[in-house]
Amino acid sequence: MSANPAVAAAAPVPAAPTRPRVAVPWARLREAALALAIPAVLALVWHGLTTGRPYSLIPPPAEVGAALVDLAVGGINDDAFSATLLTHLAASLSRVYGGFALAVLFALPLGLLIGRVPLMRQLLDPTFQILRPVPVTAWLPLAMILFGLGPRSAYFLVFLGAFYPILVNTIFGVRSVEPRLFEAASMLGCRGSAQFARVVLPAALPSIFTGLRLGLGFAWVVIVVGEMTGVQTGLGAIIMEARQLSRTEIVICGMIVIGVAGFLSDRIVMAIGRRLLAWSPSHG
Amino acid sequence: MAEPTLPILEIRDVGKTFAVQGKTVTALKGANLSVKRGEFVCLLGASGCGKSTLLRIAAGFEAPSSGQACMWGKPIAGPDPARGMVFQDYGLFPWLSVRDNIGFGPKSRGRPAAEIRDTVARYIDLVGLGAFADAHPHQLSGGMKQRVAIARVLANEAEVVLMDEPFGALDAMTRERLQDELLDLWGRTGLTVLFVTHAIEEAIFLADRVVVMSPSPGRIDAVHDIALPRRRDVSSPAFNDIRRMLSAQLHSHHGRVAA
Repeated sequence: MSANPAVAAAAPVPAAPTRPRVAVPWARLREAALALAIPAVLALVWHGLTTGRPYSLIPPPAEVGAALVDLAVGGINDDAFSATLLTHLAASLSRVYGGFALAVLFALPLGLLIGRVPLMRQLLDPTFQILRPVPVTAWLPLAMILFGLGPRSAYFLVFLGAFYPILVNTIFGVRSVEPRLFEAASMLGCRGSAQFARVVLPAALPSIFTGLRLGLGFAWVVIVVGEMTGVQTGLGAIIMEARQLSRTEIVICGMIVIGVAGFLSDRIVMAIGRRLLAWSPSHG
Repeated sequence: MAEPTLPILEIRDVGKTFAVQGKTVTALKGANLSVKRGEFVCLLGASGCGKSTLLRIAAGFEAPSSGQACMWGKPIAGPDPARGMVFQDYGLFPWLSVRDNIGFGPKSRGRPAAEIRDTVARYIDLVGLGAFADAHPHQLSGGMKQRVAIARVLANEAEVVLMDEPFGALDAMTRERLQDELLDLWGRTGLTVLFVTHAIEEAIFLADRVVVMSPSPGRIDAVHDIALPRRRDVSSPAFNDIRRMLSAQLHSHHGRVAA
């Protein structure tokens, strides 16, 4: 979820189109090697500390790898977890993106209003500031009372996790729009609420995108809590179930899949952002 | 239709006060100015003389605290496409290409797409930015940005162009070239220009009339007709005489402020 400086640094820079072409694959290779260096060292340490020790509570990497294959396609353990990965991944994806979409749907218009309309700011901002520090975990019991056991509570908790980063960054973006741009728009004949679509939204877009990235990241972070709501499927759900069965290798598989899925969805958001923000010297 | 004698812009006894940290500051006091259609008028003065305030009142960004500002005899109630503003810091929309910046006004006023395309193409040509139509503002030089800003208000059919030290941030050579281009545009289009500057030479080079303003409180001191034939030679004796006269007038304010 956190910004990946190596990725950002290697993003194509439009100001330097004359960069020699041969340098690109080498830079890519170097970037990949640097990015994988620490995971590789961690895996080695993990292997060294756990392999060949039957009483280790943490399974060795090879065992986790086998469990991951079994979870994905089955054929190794053939138990209740075998070949269920796709089902769980799909369930979690729908909750992450569903909750995230709900958060965008509410946070974006609210952020634009709070950022631009003083009355809305006075009315809504204090409430959100008080609710914001409440951890998503703390909402779990109330969510289950309000929305019942099952996916609706999961959606709600993911929504909560993604909501505040989007809201806060949207408000910040709107409030940082240069006042000059409103003057320019109004003397060109774009006044009042027409400025929301033609000035506020595009000018705040870099900030809004930061909010969307953080929001989607938090949606993945809270997916395990979100799936403590009694749902049967989902990466969070199998992690909780495997924990009760002391199947630590399955727990670690769930962690790895969440990490990779979160990383990939962040890359997608970044790619979209780069296209939409090509005009911005600090993004493009 | 407006009577031929009616001024396009009229400033009647306009004053403006701001509250700064509980104290009232008079930015402008008792300003009177009448601008005829097609005139090029420069507001000249040191910082704090209220020249920008006067321009912003004419634009409709600020309401006068006393008096009245009118266009074609009607009180100015707010910003309007009829009065286009060119800012020193350009005020271009960074997310729009040159083309879309120029098309912003016509689009806001709901012109048909084909008409906008033609208008934009015409004004991009007029300011010589054909090769940069798809560039974004951060890819342009200061002079090019200011050309876009000028094209943007012209494409929006502004009758009056209000310019707030538009060339103040540019290097000397670019500034001179843009001054020439602006005069050329003005001569071809019959625009009315109200131009704020603190540079004496710029004011004499550009204006039909120079309005000399002085600070604390900001007010209009004198209005001079510049009768020199165009294109004006900045090194001619007649030009220098006017420069010396205006310089003396501006420096007399400094003396008074220091005293």
